[in-house]
Amino acid sequence: MKCEELLALLNDYVDGDIDPAVCEDLEEHLAGCNPCQVVVDNIRKTITLYKGGELYEPPRPFRERLHRLLRERWKETHPAPHHNEFKP
Amino acid sequence: MANQAAETDLVHRAKAGELAAFEELVTRYERRIYTLARRIVQIPEDAEDVTQETFLSALEHLRDFREEARFHTWLTRIATHAALKVLRRRKGVPFVSLEQATDPDDHSGSVPHPEFIADWRENPERLLEKKETRQLLEEALSELDEKYRVVFLLRDVEGLSVKETASVLGLTESNVKVRLLRARLQLRERLTRAFGDETTRVTARHDHD
Repeated sequence: MKCEELLALLNDYVDGDIDPAVCEDLEEHLAGCNPCQVVVDNIRKTITLYKGGELYEPPRPFRERLHRLLRERWKETHPAPHHNEFKP
Repeated sequence: MANQAAETDLVHRAKAGELAAFEELVTRYERRIYTLARRIVQIPEDAEDVTQETFLSALEHLRDFREEARFHTWLTRIATHAALKVLRRRKGVPFVSLEQATDPDDHSGSVPHPEFIADWRENPERLLEKKETRQLLEEALSELDEKYRVVFLLRDVEGLSVKETASVLGLTESNVKVRLLRARLQLRERLTRAFGDETTRVTARHDHD
């Protein structure tokens, strides 16, 4: 396997979604190719960083506005049951 | 998974008309949806609009949610469509089914070669403790072409499968894979230039077997 071919298989390898026979070839290449090893490691770390990264905090006034709007819309679309309708 | 069971319960209660359950779902996901929206549309006010539209649409269509996918995947689909609509409107382009579906780049077969190859000076856990890291991650993302950025966000950040990502974006699975590879390689390049240890830098031997 050449570096070029490894590059094409990189996603499947990193995602663990690779044919075992191809994986064996790939790992054989990796064992003897330091640049490819480092690239694979860099990619894994890149994904880890983005997966573990912080979320943006929505501004508080926006959150309040959003929840108010959703409650209003909910009441429009889900009319409250009329408890007094049933009179024995 | 207890969390998943609790969520399914919330969805059922919301569907049955319980507002508190719906609000709990909104509270659970508003940060994630806002973050996704902000990373796609880049402008905070637009991200607010996208987030609002997402939850209004979820409220309206809750009964149609068939629970074949996770609730998060369903919301992500709605939010992504809303965000892409904002981008299209901004560009003045009328609705086109993700123009990119026929992108020649996806079929050229060539991917950019890694240039700066070096071990990182610190591990991701340590890096995540720093404020500068966060800024750099966001910068690197915003420099990605939109079509690569969205695929990366759905697949690697939101954790959708390749199949789900393809379905949300109206792309083939092989398009998704090509774009994902480009996104990952470009982000790797950018981050390694920042976090790489120059003394460990190695040169790729493109020609060897």
